[in-house]
Amino acid sequence: MKTHLLAATLALATVSAHAAGNDIATPAEQIFRSGFRSDNPKYWMTRVEQDEAMRLCSQYKDNPPAKVRQKIELTQKASIRYPVDGKLIGDWKEGEKLAAVGTGGHIGFIQPDPPGRLRGGNCYACHQLAAKEVAYGTIGPSLRHFSKLRGTGDDVVQYAYDKIYNSNAFNACTNMPRFGLHNWLTPEQITHIVAFLVDPESPVNKD
Amino acid sequence: MRTRLHALVATVALGIGGTAVAQGSTMDEIAKYREMLADGNPAELLEMKGEALWKKPRGPRSASLEQCDMGLGPGKLEGAYAQLPRYFADTKKVMDAESRLVHCMMTLQGFSETEATKNWFSKPGQDSDIEALITYIGGQSNGAKINVPARHPEEARMAKVGEYIFYRRSGPQDFSCAICHGQEGKRIRLQDLGKLTSQAGAGAAMSTWPSYRVSQGAVWTMQRRLIDCMRQARWPEPSYLADSIIALEVFLQKTASGTVMQTPGIKR
Ligand code: HEC
Ligand code: HEC
Repeated sequence: MKTHLLAATLALATVSAHAAGNDIATPAEQIFRSGFRSDNPKYWMTRVEQDEAMRLCSQYKDNPPAKVRQKIELTQKASIRYPVDGKLIGDWKEGEKLAAVGTGGHIGFIQPDPPGRLRGGNCYACHQLAAKEVAYGTIGPSLRHFSKLRGTGDDVVQYAYDKIYNSNAFNACTNMPRFGLHNWLTPEQITHIVAFLVDPESPVNKD
Repeated sequence: MRTRLHALVATVALGIGGTAVAQGSTMDEIAKYREMLADGNPAELLEMKGEALWKKPRGPRSASLEQCDMGLGPGKLEGAYAQLPRYFADTKKVMDAESRLVHCMMTLQGFSETEATKNWFSKPGQDSDIEALITYIGGQSNGAKINVPARHPEEARMAKVGEYIFYRRSGPQDFSCAICHGQEGKRIRLQDLGKLTSQAGAGAAMSTWPSYRVSQGAVWTMQRRLIDCMRQARWPEPSYLADSIIALEVFLQKTASGTVMQTPGIKR
């Protein structure tokens, strides 16, 4: 009897978990993961693991309810780390280069990036920045005249740094990558890109 | 003929580098050079080669592929690509055009899976029989409506799996398919990205594959396309013919259903 009750409770729990999420998740995860070549090295395969934010964003198709959204934004905000010297504005010329680089980080056997290839922020893939670069994408808003429009106050600088470090701190499940969290860009590199956005001499604001 | 085609392709490539940037949309350029190439998409040569390969006795059994059942019965190719992927009772699996073709190469011609898939895509100096055969098979659906209702329980399940993968975020750029293909009218750099979750967007995309890719100088199959998108997502490399890729194809073809096939296409 006791065992029956337990089993029934367990069954109920499973059913409600399925109803809440989707019962396709388990087989779909299995199919996704086993779909990769078995000779991918283990350290490549870590790229299919999900942190909590990724899992929640996937589950809600990038549109989580307010409570979940809040929770994601809080934990992501807490992940942000700053350069040791505390300076958030670097060299805009370095930042200009990093914003344009879209290579780096491609793996696989067909067309991987050579090891050590510079990984950039690839900001132009999704944003307009300096006016002279016309090959920009539109997944994100235009960032042209970033500080011309918002000023160069500490709050603007801090926001730019934090947004690049962890975009989800402000907008859970945004299409923008979390560059700092993934160590895709170092804190120093982020300060250069911040300078590219806020320095009045940067082509983002000048032209 | 050959030289003419080459010259055309060169002009087209130049056009992309120059005027496309000024105009801002690659789609206009593609429309222009599709017109230029109207009487000669290089993929049509491959289509002819694929037809010859289909009919030629090959493999350890020295058999042709003419009795291959792509879902409409042995040897029935007209409209077959447009109704794939689908469930096949003989293998108890949902298969796409490429996995079914490989199945036929193994069962009819006696090739091993390794032999059949060795050159599943071409490289400079190395042709791919699969590319040629799929270009031919795809062409046999030209004018047919994509029709993947995914009513069989296994097909319905694969459509759901595909949808799940479409929204699944992971990797060092937090990518999912939806990041690049979830919105209307967006582009990455200058490449237009359709909204693959609407019938119009998925239809425009799926109806034109297999496609000659000008930037690659080769025809790409849908497997090749999706495996490269996973590379762009910075993920590890999927296996050719993996169920994950087939599931995405079911999801996309189901969404695209009703759109008239126009293949082989020609793309950036
Ligand atoms: C894959 C696309 C993508 C890439 C790559 C990307 N972003 Fe974004 N970004 C977005 C999207 C979408 C938004 C708008 C939603 C949001 O606020 O997160 C955004 C928003 C922003 C904002 C906030 C804008 C505002 O009005 O407050 C800043 C700043 C920004 N991005 C900077 C960058 C920088 C710098 C880079 C390169 C290091 C970059 N982004 C790379 C997609 C991207
Ligand atoms: C980082 C961005 C990015 C990601 C992530 C991505 N793709 Fe793509 N996809 C592209 C680009 C760029 C193209 C080619 C567009 C062009 O050449 O104009 C493309 C093309 C395609 C096409 C052909 C579209 C057409 O109109 O012919 C399909 C289908 C497709 N992708 C599906 C997917 C699927 C499914 C996924 C998830 C596994 C995915 N993509 C992930 C960028 C991406």
